[in-house]
Amino acid sequence: MKVRNVGWWFVAPAVIVLGVFFFLPVLAALAMSVTDFDLYALSDSANLRFVGLQNYGRLLSEPLFWKALGNTLYFVVLGVPLSISASLGAALLVNSKVARLRNFFRTVFFAPVVTTLVAVAVVWRYIFHTRYGFLNYGLSEFGIGPIDWMGDPHWAMPAIVILAVWKNFGYNMIILLAALQSIPEDLYEAARIDGASGWQLFRHVTLPSLAPVLMLVSILTMTGYFQLFAEPYVMTEGGPLQSTLSVLYFMYEEGFKWWSLGRASAVAFLLFVLMFAVTVLQLRIGRREANV
Amino acid sequence: MTRSKMISRRHGVTRREAIAAIAGATATLIGCGRSRGERQLVRFWTIGREGEVATTLIQDFVAAHPEIEVEVQKMPLTAAHEKLLTAYAGDTLPDLCQLGNTWIPEFAALHALEPLGARVAASKVIDPADYFTEIFNSNRVDDELFGVPWYVDTRLLFYRRDLLQKAGFDHPPTHWAEWEQMLGAIKEHEGHDKYSVLLPLNEFEPLLVLALQQPSELLRDAGRFGNFRSDDFKRVMSFYRNIFERGWAPRATNTQISNVWDEFGKGYFSFYISGPWNIAEFKLRMPENLKDAWMTAPMPGPNGPGASSAGGSSLVVFSSSKAKEAAWQLAEHLSTSASQSRFYDLTGNMPPRRSSWEVPALVQSPYARAFREQLDRVRSPPKVPEWERIATQMRLAGERVVQGKESIEDAVADLDRETDEILEKRRWMMDRDHADRSHAGAS
Repeated sequence: MKVRNVGWWFVAPAVIVLGVFFFLPVLAALAMSVTDFDLYALSDSANLRFVGLQNYGRLLSEPLFWKALGNTLYFVVLGVPLSISASLGAALLVNSKVARLRNFFRTVFFAPVVTTLVAVAVVWRYIFHTRYGFLNYGLSEFGIGPIDWMGDPHWAMPAIVILAVWKNFGYNMIILLAALQSIPEDLYEAARIDGASGWQLFRHVTLPSLAPVLMLVSILTMTGYFQLFAEPYVMTEGGPLQSTLSVLYFMYEEGFKWWSLGRASAVAFLLFVLMFAVTVLQLRIGRREANV
Repeated sequence: MTRSKMISRRHGVTRREAIAAIAGATATLIGCGRSRGERQLVRFWTIGREGEVATTLIQDFVAAHPEIEVEVQKMPLTAAHEKLLTAYAGDTLPDLCQLGNTWIPEFAALHALEPLGARVAASKVIDPADYFTEIFNSNRVDDELFGVPWYVDTRLLFYRRDLLQKAGFDHPPTHWAEWEQMLGAIKEHEGHDKYSVLLPLNEFEPLLVLALQQPSELLRDAGRFGNFRSDDFKRVMSFYRNIFERGWAPRATNTQISNVWDEFGKGYFSFYISGPWNIAEFKLRMPENLKDAWMTAPMPGPNGPGASSAGGSSLVVFSSSKAKEAAWQLAEHLSTSASQSRFYDLTGNMPPRRSSWEVPALVQSPYARAFREQLDRVRSPPKVPEWERIATQMRLAGERVVQGKESIEDAVADLDRETDEILEKRRWMMDRDHADRSHAGAS
């Protein structure tokens, strides 16, 4: 055995596993996306037609796909910054030296992450309830009239964002907390000696030190949020007026509800291309800021 | 969770459930050979609640047939469709199965079902004339019979008798115009924060029931194209839209209502279109002082008593079965009047045979009476495998119209276009098969 081949032997198990359980299915899905694979094809392969890029073409000309894409982008654009600010805010609070019961709050903030969405959804449905909901009760204290959270196409997505942010911010909070604790205390001390205010400390010491972690967190959150599915699935079933239908939900319905597996595969690839492009863009911006 | 089985079937399947289905199918394959020694094994798959009582129902059968062993498997309702398809793909379908009658066209298209016409004709137990005609025919696809009805399901009105009385009516509506009068009167009487009827926007059944009351077909040319542009369907749409525009029905989904029974008790709405399972639910959940305040009534139609949908579950034998004869014997046993009465006692499922309705439990139930009447006036939705997807598009078109996003003209044109696209594959296959056949005939 030649020495330079030894490396391959070490990576072989991982490569085989990846190949069989990742690359092979991906290739199969790619092949499927250029056919009209459906229930009929399942019964008799003579019913399978090669359709080339027709699935992609049809999807790109289908208003519902664009609507799903628009909804997803809306969710990402609204949800990711909110989610990260909530995480950062919570991390700063929990890390603060003046805070009491820090362990308690750390646990409380993290609790939503480990709860089951389906169970929480039942509670949130009541929180969002137009007539009996706690949220509308709270808003009425400020003189704001009842909002039909789950029934009004304009409010359904913001409601989903609120739920998703609440559900997820604890996870990023833990990551950011770890990063906060690793910022050397002497940096703050030096800045304070120079007469920096609290805000200046945050702006010029905390944020730059957190930058790489924030980058990581934002990429993770963004990819996660692009795959919006469970929240509308349990809360609104994509309604009202398909205003909470996400790309992934659209794909799920195509594939697992209607068995148009060819079209569903095409959706998956379009979503992949989109997420890949956005991630590359994000990395570019992140790198440029690091260079400045 | 209601048992709107056939209809809301494919909701709620996660990847994990799909894997569980595969694992389950595999376990079945490994766990039991087709026959153990001398005895023949019949694998019988059931869905949801029925599975719990199936074991009780087959006790007599097992005692009378020592040579047959029956293995009952329960599928959860939400995973049943996927589980069956997975079993089909893995060639591990059971011998006998409970199948929603709206699923039959789909499994017939997969050539997974054994035709039962000859067996029924020879049967001493199953007499098609004794069955509700349309319910029985819902098991036919292209003139071939693929299932025998096990229990029936149809939609009709549940209503608040007391509130209707307060509004000045002593009887339920018999036709649309009268129904509209009542809806208006109740709204007037109950006030702006209450509604007359609940037609959940996330269910296609209410709209479908209204559409089935019209003579026009919903699909034309043997299910090749959508026929939603017909005047009949437009009439249904404007009737439906009017109910929302007048504020008689809330623009809401079932999930927003949170607790339908509770709201019905509070008088949030006075009419509700639902099925037999809700008789037991309302009996259980209505407050003590309102025990007698509610009743069921057949669907009002455009010009008189109207039709409703022919739903229910059937017993089917899969064509891959190695124990078809034994499976058929079991199906016959489950179809006797005695079995069906027992089935009603155990589950509240309504029997598909007229003779089974003569038992005291059913004759005396005031709530069952409307169902008995309705069952002679039911109609099947179009029998194409793509139907449920089309029905979903129909619901969405209805939602766009009542939310004021689209005119009826535009909505039905869009709906026809979407339907034609969904049926494209079916048309291609029909044309190909037709060409093959005429080619074979010519040579």
